[in-house]
Amino acid sequence: MSTFNNTDLAAFKDVWVFCEQRQGKLMSTDFELISEGRKLADELGVKLYGLLLGDAVEGIAKELGGYGADGVIVCESPLLKEYTTDAYTKVICQVIEELKPEAFLIGATNIGRDLGPRCAARLHTGLCADCTHLDVDMGVYKDFLRESSTLDEKRIEGTGTALVLGKPHDVSRDLKMTRPAFGGHLMASIICPRFRPTMATVRPGVMKKAEFDQAKADACEIIKPNFELTAADLQTEVLEVKKAAKKLVDLIGADYIVSVGRGISKDVEGGIKLAEELAEVLGGVVGSSRAVVDSGWMTPDHQVGQTGKTVHPKVYVALGISGAIQHKAGMQDSECIIAVNKNDTAPIFEVADYGICGDLFKVTPMLIEAIKAEKAKK
Amino acid sequence: MKAIVCVKQVPDTSGKVSVNENGTLDRASMATITNPDDLNAVEAALALKDQTGCEVVVVTMGPPPAEGMLRELLARGADRAVLISGREFGGSDTFATSQIIAAGINKIGIEKGDIVFCGRQAIDGDTAQVGPQIGEKLGLPQITYVAEIQKDGDTVICKRMLEDGYMMIKTQTPCLLTCIKELNEPRYMSVGGIFDAYSKPFQVLGYDDLKDDPLIELDTIGLNGSPTNILTSFTPPQKGAGMMLEGSDKATCEKLAGILAKKHII
Repeated sequence: MSTFNNTDLAAFKDVWVFCEQRQGKLMSTDFELISEGRKLADELGVKLYGLLLGDAVEGIAKELGGYGADGVIVCESPLLKEYTTDAYTKVICQVIEELKPEAFLIGATNIGRDLGPRCAARLHTGLCADCTHLDVDMGVYKDFLRESSTLDEKRIEGTGTALVLGKPHDVSRDLKMTRPAFGGHLMASIICPRFRPTMATVRPGVMKKAEFDQAKADACEIIKPNFELTAADLQTEVLEVKKAAKKLVDLIGADYIVSVGRGISKDVEGGIKLAEELAEVLGGVVGSSRAVVDSGWMTPDHQVGQTGKTVHPKVYVALGISGAIQHKAGMQDSECIIAVNKNDTAPIFEVADYGICGDLFKVTPMLIEAIKAEKAKK
Repeated sequence: MKAIVCVKQVPDTSGKVSVNENGTLDRASMATITNPDDLNAVEAALALKDQTGCEVVVVTMGPPPAEGMLRELLARGADRAVLISGREFGGSDTFATSQIIAAGINKIGIEKGDIVFCGRQAIDGDTAQVGPQIGEKLGLPQITYVAEIQKDGDTVICKRMLEDGYMMIKTQTPCLLTCIKELNEPRYMSVGGIFDAYSKPFQVLGYDDLKDDPLIELDTIGLNGSPTNILTSFTPPQKGAGMMLEGSDKATCEKLAGILAKKHII
């Protein structure tokens, strides 16, 4: 049988969060993950560290303390300026092997989803992808199941132990990583009982950001570990990084989203304009279904759904969207969903809090007026 | 020179999905398809074949019925197919899966000039992990989220998509690329291709064929070789049906706006 050097679970402690930076700027996912990591570190009774790689990035590190990090592990090199799989994997695996964190969280961005599996494979450990919920404490986890699952109490009570290699294993100290699969039809809680660190990529926009605290930021410790990295380690070379010419549509951070679907096909421009007007009245942004993007009517950065962005705004207005499961997967956790659709059997009405069966081209202008009127009353 | 494409047969999650009493997926009730991103990977390999005349090998790990999917890919133009199948491989998580597929690719043989293509992610698991993990196991440089490929000799330059733009990345073959739908439009099978599909080389690799590979040990594959375990699987509760508003006139919209204002939603 093989031997692995990461099975002495007691040798690993602390929670780490990979803090992604692009062009020397921290990403909003970093703050979400640090805030969530704080909760997990407290449940485990360990410290929370950010892990920041880049070229001359120490200056931005302390901000992470303001969201709850006890310290930030900073690895700097000109070779780490742009993200490359090779350099980042090599440095991260080195510091993990030396400092031994118990859990390691990475934002499930295009970069995080490139980096996470590469590191997990090299470290020989488990990685749960695209998590939407994380727990350590069993009581908190069971409450989560009571609220978010259709399991009965007996099954929920039974989640305290898992069968691992045929033997019962007490999971009270394991990180329980919950994620959607099969396009949101099924949820699964995953554990990594035998190897460390337990790794998870976490879906952006899902975890709540804590309040920023300047005193904590000031107290944040900076740690600079040794690592080895040479140009010869890089098998890939970044020739160019291009930001989207247009301002990025901040769907994930938006409180109000008005999305359009295939229902705008008879007057695409008019439909988009109506959505923009409604979004403006609400103070939000415009999203779309995949059908709209595939037809070339809007750019992919507007797309909400399984292959687009996952959003949970205060209000999600779906104009002419039928509500395929792939779309619902990206928006069903919105606090309030309003659907306008001609077809009263459209699946979007299954998740809508308020539904209007009618032509969006007629309903939307009236809705804009009515909302304007209500706002004027305040 | 070869293009090796890793493909997966998946349940069609866009169709009707039903769940068993115990919270697992009722796979028997669902149609199976080739994973959509993998079709883009196959098309990328076939495009490379059109350009350079390279050999295209499709490889999958799965139960014996996955043969049908591989025959379809042969009908699209792949040259040979490899099915990795065995009871020892069952229950694998992404780590163990990549371990086995990497061993299968070692068996096929990888040399300078070759490219391994994968889809970005499979629609059943949605992890996007197996491609990069195969890359790591084989020691290959990887480029994920590939939306454009330029190949010049042994140099490959790819457009790699980010949420807020893209990167142009250069690497050398052999390398591993994971493909997204923006990369290309997959071609159809041809009638002649379907006839030919049954006379093309088709290889089945079982545990005994792969067990000499250093990646394959009983504690690195299958359920026992999977670092992750499923603790619980469950179906989320259906959100209670909302309120359908009567009519679609001005009064309806005013009523809705009134409710939203009253509940402090707007």
